[in-house]
Amino acid sequence: MDIGGVIDYLVGFAIMAMIYAIFTLGLNVHWGFTGLFNIGIAGFFALGAYTSALLTSPPPDPEQFEDFVFGGDLAHYGFLDWGIDAWFFLGIAAAAAVCGIVALMIGSITLRLNDDYLSIATLGIAESVRLFFLNEKWAANGSKGLYRIPKFLGDLIPAESYDYLYVVVVLVVLAILFVAVQRAARSPWGRVLRAIREDEVTTAASGKYVFHYKLQSFVFGAMIMGTGGALFAHHVRFLSPLTFDPLLATFVIWAMLMVGGSGNNFGAVLGAFVVWGVWAGTQFLPGIFADPSFRLLMIGVLIVAIMLVRPGGLLGEWRRMVAGSQVEAASREASDPK
Amino acid sequence: MHIVPSQPQNLAISALRSRHRIALTLSPNRLAALIVVGILVLGFLPFVKLGLVANGIIFGSVIALGAIGLTLVYGILKLGNFAHGDYMAFGAYVAFFVVDGILPRAGIHGAGLGPFTFGFPVLVALPLSAIVVALGAIALDSLIYRRLRDRGASTAILMMASLGVAIAIRGLVQLIWSGDTQHYPRESRQVYHLPMDVRIPPDGLFVAIVAVILVAGVYVLLTYTKMGKAMRATSDNPSLALVTGINTKHVVWWTWGIGGALAAVAGVLLAVVQAQLLPIMGWKFLIPLFAAVILGGIGNPRGALIGALVVGVSMEVSTQWINPSYKPAVAFAIMIGVLLARPRGIFGDSQ
Repeated sequence: MDIGGVIDYLVGFAIMAMIYAIFTLGLNVHWGFTGLFNIGIAGFFALGAYTSALLTSPPPDPEQFEDFVFGGDLAHYGFLDWGIDAWFFLGIAAAAAVCGIVALMIGSITLRLNDDYLSIATLGIAESVRLFFLNEKWAANGSKGLYRIPKFLGDLIPAESYDYLYVVVVLVVLAILFVAVQRAARSPWGRVLRAIREDEVTTAASGKYVFHYKLQSFVFGAMIMGTGGALFAHHVRFLSPLTFDPLLATFVIWAMLMVGGSGNNFGAVLGAFVVWGVWAGTQFLPGIFADPSFRLLMIGVLIVAIMLVRPGGLLGEWRRMVAGSQVEAASREASDPK
Repeated sequence: MHIVPSQPQNLAISALRSRHRIALTLSPNRLAALIVVGILVLGFLPFVKLGLVANGIIFGSVIALGAIGLTLVYGILKLGNFAHGDYMAFGAYVAFFVVDGILPRAGIHGAGLGPFTFGFPVLVALPLSAIVVALGAIALDSLIYRRLRDRGASTAILMMASLGVAIAIRGLVQLIWSGDTQHYPRESRQVYHLPMDVRIPPDGLFVAIVAVILVAGVYVLLTYTKMGKAMRATSDNPSLALVTGINTKHVVWWTWGIGGALAAVAGVLLAVVQAQLLPIMGWKFLIPLFAAVILGGIGNPRGALIGALVVGVSMEVSTQWINPSYKPAVAFAIMIGVLLARPRGIFGDSQ
């Protein structure tokens, strides 16, 4: 067996798993720590990916056949023609910023209300973002999508070893975000978020302005998701509105968090690797397992089963795992009528 | 012993009555809102193509059937059911199975019944699919949601579970019927030409008539039957309903039954109007559904009906100025507007 090929595959796998781990961390901030129900991850995913791709792309090159034939004359489209050609990390920062701004707008409308409104609104964002990039050709070439999205360090690195460089970039970004989320979760700020998740009224009664904390958490998580989207764009280097279908851009990430355990950052990263491993691994199996419909069904069943059996996820929050089981037993005793 | 229980019962009934009255009285606030909306509508009317309004009413009546079920479930069970769209899609596919798989074996097939593009089999399949989805919805409740409720799970957990159900149903539909476009057997038919350049497809008329009959049926059921009153009382105040001796188990069954049946019919009608079935059709329909529910105020079937018509007409009329593929975004914009201005819906009390 070709060892080089295997390593190439594993590096590619690790990049995708780590990018998903970033999304799962963002979702953990929303759902795991604060109890915010975001089912529009695909919206922030797409927004981050497109923002970074558009900002870092050079102007269309008249010598590139693709730019004028395959892509349908890119030079006639407004945004692409500018070719801002920004620095890689500027693109990522902008992706996070754009997602943060959108989250701020939607959050400030819906987070004052009942929790459920946020989830319905995130569904709307995801769909609106998708429709925008599908229909506004001037913005991102519509359904034909963006391609040849610039690599990190441009052409300094030969194409065949790009993945080896990029895996380090993703690892560094993931590590920074992980430490940031972990520190945030352990800070007094993070404790307030968990208090909100457990009991909003009590938290408000202890003098915390719940709305502000929820908004901060929503924006923070959305910015992490935007970063993940940007990293995805520079890895896959092709984006079209079809890339962000709810299955691969929202539901899989929920499955990852559910498997890893909400409220647990290590679990979130682990869940991303495990689920992506199963996802990628079963592609090679014969028969029904590679069928996307079957995968969809299984993800649905998995989410329902975890909600029924262990709503905190398989690993759960570590400190709660010990204390929680006692509380659970006590409450079961109390609620059992027999 | 006999005095205490009778008091809450009176309360529950008076709560029902007072709610009835609130919906009819006009506070200055609501009057102002009505005037603003009226001016906007009247101001736009000369520029609006009436044909689009007609389409909007047809589309809105499909939304209404879905939204009434969704708002009942939302109000009574405190569950914003993300699977409601997929119940619709499942209903449409069950009807497809009946039309395509069962009836032809019995020698029943055909299309182009009278002025309609579809045939007699769809009329047979419609109630069958409603029954299947209603029973399915009840079964899913006792399998999943009842257990979660008994455990005192939060709304978020319930909605998360419904998201899982939605994904699973869509996966199942794709697995059985493939992700490709299907359609009921059809023959092309002439559209009705009305004055002022209004064109109505006969199918649209059928959809509107079915919707009117079902909505009237639900109205009668909720207003005059004992079960309907019990459902509204539960929606108003679940614990009060429980102490007045309302059998909440039956209320739950009826809620899912009605919601599921209406969703199935809405799914079939949507497939008829769009002349195609796609597994994703229900998921895509969630935004208009929730927009209608929120516009009408959660738990308020009458509000959902009016909200659905408003959303449907707005989505269709918007195509006169903006790209038709932005229709879901229009519904989303309406929803955000309502959340900004009147979070409890246009008919909600402004507490």
